[in-house]
Amino acid sequence: MRVRLLQIAHARSGDKGDTANVGLIALRPEFYPILLKEVTCERVKQHFKGICQGPVECYELANLNALNFLLHDSLGGGGTLSLRTDAQGKTYGAALLRMEIELPDELAGLIDGRDPEGMP
Amino acid sequence: MSAGARGVRIASGQGFWGDWLEAPVRQVEAGPIDYLVMDYLAEVTMSILQKQRSRDRSQGYARDFVPLMGRILATCIDEGVRVIANAGGVNPLSCRDSVVQVARDAGYAGRACIGVITGDDLMDRLDELLVQGVGLRNMETGEPLEAVRDRIESANAYLGAAPMIEALRQGADVVIAGRTTDTALTYAPMMFEHGWASDEWDKLAAGVVAGHINECGAQATGGNTGVDWESIDYSDIGYPIIESYADGEFVVTKHEGLGGRVTVATVTEQLVYEMGDPSEYITPDCVADFRTIQLEHQSDDRVRVHGVRGGPATDQLKVSISYLAGYKAIGRMTYSWPDAYEKARAADRTIRARLDRLGLRFDEIYTEYLGAGACHGPLAGPPRADLPEVELRIGVKHSSDRAAVDRFTREIAALILAGPPTATGFGGGRPRVQEMVAYWPALIPKTRVQPRVEVEVA
Repeated sequence: MRVRLLQIAHARSGDKGDTANVGLIALRPEFYPILLKEVTCERVKQHFKGICQGPVECYELANLNALNFLLHDSLGGGGTLSLRTDAQGKTYGAALLRMEIELPDELAGLIDGRDPEGMP
Repeated sequence: MSAGARGVRIASGQGFWGDWLEAPVRQVEAGPIDYLVMDYLAEVTMSILQKQRSRDRSQGYARDFVPLMGRILATCIDEGVRVIANAGGVNPLSCRDSVVQVARDAGYAGRACIGVITGDDLMDRLDELLVQGVGLRNMETGEPLEAVRDRIESANAYLGAAPMIEALRQGADVVIAGRTTDTALTYAPMMFEHGWASDEWDKLAAGVVAGHINECGAQATGGNTGVDWESIDYSDIGYPIIESYADGEFVVTKHEGLGGRVTVATVTEQLVYEMGDPSEYITPDCVADFRTIQLEHQSDDRVRVHGVRGGPATDQLKVSISYLAGYKAIGRMTYSWPDAYEKARAADRTIRARLDRLGLRFDEIYTEYLGAGACHGPLAGPPRADLPEVELRIGVKHSSDRAAVDRFTREIAALILAGPPTATGFGGGRPRVQEMVAYWPALIPKTRVQPRVEVEVA
């Protein structure tokens, strides 16, 4: 089934110079392999078309069920040089959660359990 | 975890200069802690403080820290809570003098030990360092510092834990530092209390992880969380407390009875905040591997952190240099229904045409329509047809022409009478011309930076 990342993940984003970092965290461990498979650097670069002018790097944190994306040349110069409202990419985590991906039907039943304490 | 032993409780009180003034007071008053640590210095803060000091030699530190100490010093001394803060900015000695005065005023003369750390400020040593062959090249672009030498506003090395530990060893109740790494504010007391050696890399790395969790205040306790944010009481939010044990394990928690939440989710969100390569989190004291962090939900508002691994520190310190990179200004005007978005766009065209006729050129003119898709750009899709209002926000910048930027600030107000209808929301007056400060990250051999520690009785 088609789902938005918002339904299976949460995110936190910030800046380092003109690079935004977006940490994407599976809401349940079962969703982490799906993030690994679906949310590739290429798809993230495509998703942020018009915002991210540089390359996208991805680091895996299996221990945290998380991925860390670095979006280079994405903040209009970064820091005080940027003219944007979101000069620090604070909302880019939420922007990534707009992405739609394919979730195997057998995992669909886990979606509503947005309870982080339910994690083993 | 060492059985039975009570952990050392290190509370975070500020995540930046401008954070909630009540947070450190509540950390001290709402339950037991051993240390209160506060981070005041973002990169931009250093250049602001340097400007303040150039106007008044007694300024250049986070002034809010002084009245805060006036509120909490007595309780801290009476209950044995030691305070560590990088509130000293570019003038730690003046900050120390003010805090000494606060201690005397509170009746603690002879009873309060105030420590201060200097040696991070390289501003007066730049030419000497360049002559000696310390290039301070931009570590991202490789450019030599000479490219911006005449525009530098501040230059500070990021100090590690050693001078803070020395101040604690000498008995300081309050430790005031300038530019330290944010994380060292938390792991210095861990090293001091547990007697960790400077090459116990895994323990130090655990300390770095604890510091990263503490350094942004409530961002680890439910602030900004994307998980069930609706159920959090932000008005009363508790800031994080690290409960640290001698073997390197620690628990992230907060005071009972305060708002907020500590869960695996809130801690994980803070761990990935401003992260680069997680396998190499470089600090002055070790290199931590964030891929080794194990989180475990222990009980309500308690998350256990264990398994952290790290490796040897490098032989260099990071240096943050700021320099003047030009001028910018941001103008705003609000337009209401009907056709709010179309009117805002017409106003943007109007401004651009007027600037063009004036012959003014900018390095960039950037327009956003708040309420119609600014933050997420094209990802938000086209704006709805019947928006109740839209805020036009136009920014301009120029690397040297301040006059052009100033002229732009006078064009915004002209929209009030000589532009599209329903213009409003201009009560704030003409926009301000702002100096743009850019950052020049560099490295310096550790042997070139000698931190100094002074501890005196108030």
